[in-house]
Amino acid sequence: MSNLAILLGIAIIATASYVLGRYKVAGTSQTLHSLPRYYGLFALICAVVPPIVLFLAWLGIAPFFTSGPISAQITPAMIPEGGSASLVMADIQRLANGVMQATRAGLIDFSALGDTTNLDVLGETLAAAGLIFGTKIDPAVFALTQDYIVRYEIGHDVMTLLLLGATILGALWGLYQIRPSFWARNAVERVLRLVLMLAAGLAILTTVGIVFSMLFETVNFLRLHAWQDFFFGLNWAPNFHGDSELAILPLLWGTLYISAVALAVAVPIGIFAAIYLSEYATKSLRSIAKPLLEVLAGIPTIVYGLFALVVFGPFLKDWFGDGGFLGVNWMSDARSVATAGIVMGIMLIPFVSSLSDDIINAVPQSLRDGSYGLGATQSETIKRVVLPAALPGIVGAILLAASRAIGETMIVVLGAGAIARFTANPLEALTTITTRIVSQLTGDGDFNSPETLVAFALGLSLFVITLGLNIIALMIVRKYREQYE
Amino acid sequence: MKDQITHGLENSVTSTPSKISATQVNVHYGDAHAIKDVNVEIAPNTVTAFIGPSGCGKSTFLRCLNRMNDTIDICRVTGNILLDGEDIYDRKVDPVQLRAKVGMVFQKPNPFPKSIYDNIAYGPRIHGLFKTKADLDTIVENALRRAAIWDEVKDRLDAPGTGLSGGQQQRICIARAIATAPDVLLMDEPCSALDPIATAQVEELIDELRENYSVVIVTHSMQQAARVSQKTAFFHLGNLVEYDDTTKIFTNPRDPRTESYITGRIG
Ligand SMILES: Nc1ncnc2c1ncn2[C@@H]1O[C@H](COP(=O)(O)OP(=O)(O)O)[C@@H](O)[C@H]1O
Ligand SMILES: [Mg+2]
Repeated sequence: MSNLAILLGIAIIATASYVLGRYKVAGTSQTLHSLPRYYGLFALICAVVPPIVLFLAWLGIAPFFTSGPISAQITPAMIPEGGSASLVMADIQRLANGVMQATRAGLIDFSALGDTTNLDVLGETLAAAGLIFGTKIDPAVFALTQDYIVRYEIGHDVMTLLLLGATILGALWGLYQIRPSFWARNAVERVLRLVLMLAAGLAILTTVGIVFSMLFETVNFLRLHAWQDFFFGLNWAPNFHGDSELAILPLLWGTLYISAVALAVAVPIGIFAAIYLSEYATKSLRSIAKPLLEVLAGIPTIVYGLFALVVFGPFLKDWFGDGGFLGVNWMSDARSVATAGIVMGIMLIPFVSSLSDDIINAVPQSLRDGSYGLGATQSETIKRVVLPAALPGIVGAILLAASRAIGETMIVVLGAGAIARFTANPLEALTTITTRIVSQLTGDGDFNSPETLVAFALGLSLFVITLGLNIIALMIVRKYREQYE
Repeated sequence: MKDQITHGLENSVTSTPSKISATQVNVHYGDAHAIKDVNVEIAPNTVTAFIGPSGCGKSTFLRCLNRMNDTIDICRVTGNILLDGEDIYDRKVDPVQLRAKVGMVFQKPNPFPKSIYDNIAYGPRIHGLFKTKADLDTIVENALRRAAIWDEVKDRLDAPGTGLSGGQQQRICIARAIATAPDVLLMDEPCSALDPIATAQVEELIDELRENYSVVIVTHSMQQAARVSQKTAFFHLGNLVEYDDTTKIFTNPRDPRTESYITGRIG
């Protein structure tokens, strides 16, 4: 039975239980506790939940039955040079999928393959179907594959029976529960709450999972590399001789410097724009400008990165570079702190202005009236009443922008350069934590070397920094909200 | 009906010259006609109450007197309003300057999120009313004393004004208006957000303020109008129905609508 057919079967049973659930209470003369549709929904939930739970459980248990015993049979002879048992297992699964797919498509007959199959012919058949295996298929591996397929198909059949059985039993149990006095509405409500809770829980769990996996790799890294060098070293110089210097400080300097330039651009312009929008602009202008700004905030950062690389960097170099308009030769490369920082600042303007605009708008009109009523002008009112009242919220917005700047990747990858050092000259290239994470993880490095694992340590550090900033920002914003409630 | 008003005015004109004199005032919000041909003379050192059912235009008219309506885009005011004989809607008059002379206290206490001291010093600082810090201290203290709240806050002038009780906040707002040395104080339902005790304190204060200022107070409470005011104007659907001595309005109203309102038949 194909997976689609199983799904269809479950859907049919579920629909039937919905209809039957309604039907069971529809005929009675007794007063119903809930609307009929709730009885139907309850029966439907009873039918659908057991197979879902069963399936999730199966995903966890199946490997013990299928891939587990197979990988135990992989002998060292089957492992090609430079490979590992887990890679062979992955190959087996891939091959098995290919064979099953080809069987389903009618290209080959798996049950007729036997032991004597000509593996070259099989390889060609699979390749013709678009399933290409790089290496020649090893007969021993193929034997395991056959074993795997048998186990897989038995598992699949058992699972099909269990799923459909669970659906039917669930539906029957649900229908049995239903009687006019049954609190179907409340039962449905409880299930709904559970679903929402699971969604929220999943979001949190994945975050925790990500943090833990980073933590795990970071510990691995610190086992291979001196922590003193990582935290307090002054050089970033990865190499392949095993004596890399992997210090976070020069990268942190680049990150903070470029972020500072970005904020120096984004904060004043963003706040002025917000003041204009919220205090001076007419309603019609505001209704156009605000969504426009928000669209700007949605442009992918790679576009800004390209702008930095292709337009803004060369523009700066035309002014400050060798033979430029100013004739100063301060800039040797189009990529620099200023290039990335200013473009990042432009990216952050809508972010700052949109948040600040919301915050300024939240300042109660009564405060403005109070100020006007005392004979203050509009700009005096803004300067002395509106902005001070909105300040904590604006600070929160700036901190949020800062954490975005620190975590920003594409603009600095394209615009900032790749040189890790301590320089205060904004026209020189620098590099950041994010760009180094990208470069350490792309390329052919051995995955267990400190040069690769350092990316996780860098990532975790970045996470801690931005998390700290976000927490502070949210605390400030929340405190400010309370003031006016 | 208009003759009745004029008639009422003739009685009052005999005593002192008016502080504010409004003639043929009309206000439109876009197409809505909110104030219709209103004529009022407001006497100095008097508490004048505006009463009437809600939505009848009391606030709108009050806001004409210090040109607060200028801050509303769709609002259009026509007619003549004279303050001490000068047209406040004249092109030569700066509405910002005017509002320093005609202070305003709002329905909901709206202290700025600053210290009590800075709240009171707000107006004087904007208008440059002092030379030395000591001058400013005196202004602040006097304003707080006049607003009958000095004793309650003198030890915590640096505390935020938003941390006080509603009644205290409202008196801070009155002190804040007083500190800019206005001639006239406009109050728009200053007690509607306050409990009875705080209301009593503010009413007592309003009575004292009469010594130095002309006070115009909007209220939806007829008892309050009767307690604090000497003159009362009754508004209904944008019209000024009747304007006379408070005792007269409450004991012997001329217009049947006034009578229905004060006896509780018009909501
Ligand atoms: N800002 C405004 N925009 C449009 N219409 C307004 C505005 N303020 C008041 N109005 C209208 O003007 C009329 C009088 O309102 P208002 O002066 O607030 O009455 P009151 O203070 O007596 O309750 C009402 O019909 C109200 O809907
Ligand atoms: Mg009102």
